[in-house]
Amino acid sequence: MSHTNSETVSSTMSDHNEPLLQIRDLEVGFQTQRGLVAAVRGVSLSLYAGQTLAIVGESGSGKTTTAQAIINLLAGTGKVTAGEILFEGRDLTKLSAKEIQDVRGRLIGYVPQDPMSNLNPVWNIGFQVEEAIKANNVAQGKAARARTIQVLEEAGLSDAKDRLKQFPHQFSGGMRQRVLIGIGLSARPKLLIADEPTSALDVTVQRQILDHLATLTRDYGTSVLFITHDLGLAAERAEQLVVMYKGKIVESGPSKELLANPQHPYTQRLVAAAPSLASRRIQSKKHPQKETEAIYSPGALDTGLISRAEVREQAAPSKDLISVEGISKIYRIRQGGFRSDELLAVNDVSFGVKKGTTTAIVGESGSGKSTVAKLILQLESISSGRIEFDGQDVAGLKGKELLRFRRRVQPVFQDPYGSLDPQYNVGNTIAEPLLAHKIGTKKERQARVLELLDQVSLPAATQFRYPSELSGGQRQRIAVARALALKPDVLVLDEAVSALDVLVQGQVLELLTELQAELGLTYVFITHDLAVVRLVADNVCVMQKGRIVEASTTDDVFDNPREVYTQELLAAIPGANFEFGR
Amino acid sequence: MPSKNTRVQPHFVASLEDTPIAAVDKLDETQKARSTWTDAWEAMRRRPTFWIASVLIVLVIVVALVPTLFTQTSPTLNCQLADSNGDPRAGHPFGFTRQGCDVYARVIFGTQASVTVGLLATLIVTIFGLIVGALAGYYGGWLDAVVSRIGDIFFAVPTVLGAIVLLSVLPSRTPIIIAFVLSIFAWPQIARIMRGAVLSARNSDYVTASIALGVSKFTILMRHVVPNSIAPVIVVATVSLGTFIVAEATLSFLGIGLGGGIMSWGNDIFQAQSSLRTDPQVLLYPSAALSITVLSFLMLGDVVRDALDPQARAR
Repeated sequence: MSHTNSETVSSTMSDHNEPLLQIRDLEVGFQTQRGLVAAVRGVSLSLYAGQTLAIVGESGSGKTTTAQAIINLLAGTGKVTAGEILFEGRDLTKLSAKEIQDVRGRLIGYVPQDPMSNLNPVWNIGFQVEEAIKANNVAQGKAARARTIQVLEEAGLSDAKDRLKQFPHQFSGGMRQRVLIGIGLSARPKLLIADEPTSALDVTVQRQILDHLATLTRDYGTSVLFITHDLGLAAERAEQLVVMYKGKIVESGPSKELLANPQHPYTQRLVAAAPSLASRRIQSKKHPQKETEAIYSPGALDTGLISRAEVREQAAPSKDLISVEGISKIYRIRQGGFRSDELLAVNDVSFGVKKGTTTAIVGESGSGKSTVAKLILQLESISSGRIEFDGQDVAGLKGKELLRFRRRVQPVFQDPYGSLDPQYNVGNTIAEPLLAHKIGTKKERQARVLELLDQVSLPAATQFRYPSELSGGQRQRIAVARALALKPDVLVLDEAVSALDVLVQGQVLELLTELQAELGLTYVFITHDLAVVRLVADNVCVMQKGRIVEASTTDDVFDNPREVYTQELLAAIPGANFEFGR
Repeated sequence: MPSKNTRVQPHFVASLEDTPIAAVDKLDETQKARSTWTDAWEAMRRRPTFWIASVLIVLVIVVALVPTLFTQTSPTLNCQLADSNGDPRAGHPFGFTRQGCDVYARVIFGTQASVTVGLLATLIVTIFGLIVGALAGYYGGWLDAVVSRIGDIFFAVPTVLGAIVLLSVLPSRTPIIIAFVLSIFAWPQIARIMRGAVLSARNSDYVTASIALGVSKFTILMRHVVPNSIAPVIVVATVSLGTFIVAEATLSFLGIGLGGGIMSWGNDIFQAQSSLRTDPQVLLYPSAALSITVLSFLMLGDVVRDALDPQARAR
């Protein structure tokens, strides 16, 4: 369903064997203070009519820059320095500003990444779609309005006519993305460039939208150039794959063949790290449960898992370290004046976490999972219910007792760019909790900082660095080191790996597993990503609209999901059932 | 119907020599550590404007501190009426005032009052505005409401107008008093900027992280919130230094600034009015000194803003 049927389409094309888009030795550079920095270095690829091609790569690999170069939308000082981009035989890099304008939208459509910021908030939806239709000379006057409604209906907005006068803020993220897809396809372009079109959306919404996009482009015979960081998504949606790394193509070819038999070490690394339903929980390498086994090696995993489960059952104390009993959280939302509405963010949630285990709380945006994390951390007060930590009610903690609780339960937040103070170097950041709790002398604190850096596998020199100099994964490791400084019992990880590239994500997850085995840590792992849950969690709570709809062991939830919602979530994971060559 | 095979693309693998792969997420240890402030310094260092402005400002401050380094002529004594509005001559490069005093000496000695007012007013406004803005933004609630309303009241009064009214009832008008009077009406601007910056810093993740680490509320304000909010205040303070000097000159020109006995550029410009048509140089030199000083501070403010602008800096 998601694959484009190339044969039916090719019969409608005039020239079948010439690629619709052919990029030859493309080089793109950005002018900076230190001279020209190459972002794309000699990229060649071709895309035939009706085909779908995905460019896969990490952030900074040059995938978006390549796509933007095609329609001359390079940001800032970017410039094509060499190579050619042939579209139907015409070199797009040689076109004037006016000529390329004619190509954009009419011949090549573009769906941007972020549906939240790519619609103008001061104009209504109808106006914005109509503007695109008129600009591309698809229709004018009254016909343009009729066409607007048609375009939006095709994009999957059922009541398009009534919604024309509505503004972007009245649309959900998924609906906005539908509008952007509608705009991108409004002129029936021959090629659609979709730059991470669903990265900001929940998995179930993502699936609906991609299914719809696939149907549309197949019906119109549109070629699609997908830009994505998600190997699973690319595998599922595109017949051709191009893997980019540091501005170069490392491997390309038919998706199935490439993923079943990755040749380049980088592709192999990517394929190995792609979390999917087929993967199993990461085992500690340094502290094996029974026998040494390589992470991700498929053969040994099942026995390892069983033995691990056995050991865990024996070792597991019967009492929960954290026990959450029927907690609710009500937010009051001011509606202007003296009126206020109540929002039930968390509704009668109960679960327990045993010492040394990982409990994942999974849900889509708005499910209340992050609120649960804040309640456990005592960053928000609970409206009703009870949270016990190590047999003690945490709700009434004050002063010294609260400080003692904070020492034992530490958070790691989602955004590695926001959770470290940009004005403090890494050494001071990690030492801050020690200072706040007045632990040790200056020398002892310094020694502890080095020890912690070593634990998160960063060189000692990192202590003099500032957060702006570090990558996302490095920052997240610093955040983990800071959380570990006080030797806590529990880490509450709120979407701690969601912002990271898949390889870096795998690395941080491995690190967390090692630390858990080494220090006997207990994790509460908040995430929207079920594939990650499979890699790290022992137990799972699935949340929907403030309630826990399903809670069980990870294997149980993944192998026999009981609730319809859980089944939907599992089915929506991109590339869930794709055969990776591991 | 062409065969489908021509459209199938081959499985391409780049050679490893061409695309060497690095270890995942390795720290580049060759670069040297950079903080916000060292980065800002690097950015400023490369701007010629920064150096021109700095040299001029240092020069003005030295003139203000030790005027005798630059002239041996007294600006007030030995004024010969015979020299009234006299042309420049050896030892008196700028000529003479209506009273027969040396214009060059008056410009040099007038620097002190003008710069004192500028620096002092900026200092008071920055310190007071910073504290008030930080407390209001950080603690919020009734404190914020009260402080913001009081600030609005002062903000609504134009600085110069307010100063005229206040100064007309004050018995003496020294540079220090002028600086305080200007500060009374100018602090809300800094307080507002600080409050806004603190509000956004207060909601950042690193503050939440510090709370969860058990750091006390006031320590967080001092260690994390203030250092991260101070950049826009520095920018505005640098620019406002120039405007305070102008405000002093304006007040003196209107005859309500520094007392008649105190030499300042503003007073001299005021006195030069009467001989403007016959002897423009008497007006020209103090005005030029004023313009150059103000311009230097504005240029510095401009460079500082570019260097500290979070929009321009990649985070």
